[in-house]
Amino acid sequence: MIDPKHKGGEKSKSIAMSFYRAFKSLGSALPMLAGVVLLLGLLLICVPKQFIASVFTGELFRDTVIGSAIGSISAGNPITSYIIGGELMKGGVSLFAITAFIVTWVTVGIVQFPAEAAFLGRRFALIRNSLSFILAILVAIATVTTLVAIQ
Amino acid sequence: MKIVRDTEDKGGNKGEGEKRKWDTHYDLYFLVSVIFLYLLLFFFDPESAYNALKVTGNIFIQIIPILLFVIIFMALIDYFLLPKTVAKYVGKGSGVKGWFLAISAGIISQGPIYIWYPLLKDLRDQGMRSGLIAAFLYSRAIKIPLLPLMVYYFGLLFVIVLLPYVVIASLIVGQIIELIENRKDKIQ
Repeated sequence: MIDPKHKGGEKSKSIAMSFYRAFKSLGSALPMLAGVVLLLGLLLICVPKQFIASVFTGELFRDTVIGSAIGSISAGNPITSYIIGGELMKGGVSLFAITAFIVTWVTVGIVQFPAEAAFLGRRFALIRNSLSFILAILVAIATVTTLVAIQ
Repeated sequence: MKIVRDTEDKGGNKGEGEKRKWDTHYDLYFLVSVIFLYLLLFFFDPESAYNALKVTGNIFIQIIPILLFVIIFMALIDYFLLPKTVAKYVGKGSGVKGWFLAISAGIISQGPIYIWYPLLKDLRDQGMRSGLIAAFLYSRAIKIPLLPLMVYYFGLLFVIVLLPYVVIASLIVGQIIELIENRKDKIQ
C-alpha cells in the first residue's frame, strides 16, 4: 500500500498520490456532506413556500432584512431561489427583499455553517457569513436604487 | 518552510492536536443530530420523513457528478500546483491578479458551496489568502449558466445592475476579512 507519509522530498509527487489525497480529503468531508444534504432535504419538505411568502410585511427595510435572513437559512441550487423570488415578486413582495433573498441564498449559509467552520475555521466562517449578510442588504439597496434611478 | 510541511502532513495524521480532534467530532455530532431529527419526524409524520429522504436522495444524485469533478480537480491541483505556485497566484502579495482570479473562479465554479470547502482548505494550507477565499465564496452568487433564468424572472436590466454590485461586494468582504486577519496576526 502506498504510504502517504513517505514523501520526504518535494519530488515524491505522483498523480496516483494526488488522487489518493483528493479522495482522502473528500472522504473526510463525507459525514459533513451527508449531514448538510439530509438537513436540506428535511427543510425543503417541512418549510412550505407559502410560509415564506406570509412572512413579509410590506415595510421596505424590514422586508429586506427578512429576505436576507430567509435566504441565509435556505440553501441549495440557486435556481430554487430564483423560482421562489419570482413567486414572491408576483405576490407583491418588494424587489429589495427579493434581491437580498437571492444574494444571501448563495453567499450566507446557516445550514452549511458547520461544514464551513470545520474546513475553514469557525472564526472565518462567522465573520464571513455576518459580513455577507450585511452586504447582501447593501447590494439589494444599491441595485434597486440604481434600477429606479435608471428607469 | 512551514507552508510546505502543513500540506505534507494532511495525508491523515491523526495526532494533529486538539483542534483537529474537535473538528472531527463536530462533523459526527452534526450528522447524528440531523439523523435524530429524521427519527423524530419519522415518528410523528412518516410520510414527510420519507419525502425528505427522497429529496435528499435526489440532491445526492445531482451532486455526485460534481463531486467526481471536484475530486479530479483537487487531484490535478495537488499534482500540478506546488505551494510556491499557489502562493504566487493567490498568496500574500498576489495583488490585483489574485482578486481577479478568485472572483473569476467563484463565478465559474459549479455546484453547491459546501463541496468546495475541502478544496479551499487545501488551497489555504498551501498559502491562499483568506480574503481571496471569502471573495471566491461571495462571487459564487453570479452563476453564468443560470443568468438566462435570472433574466427570465427579474429582467435583463436587473441582472446587469446586480452583477457589478456582487463583484464589488466580493471585494469588500475579502478586504475586510483580510484587515481582520492582519490585525489578528499583529496581536499574536
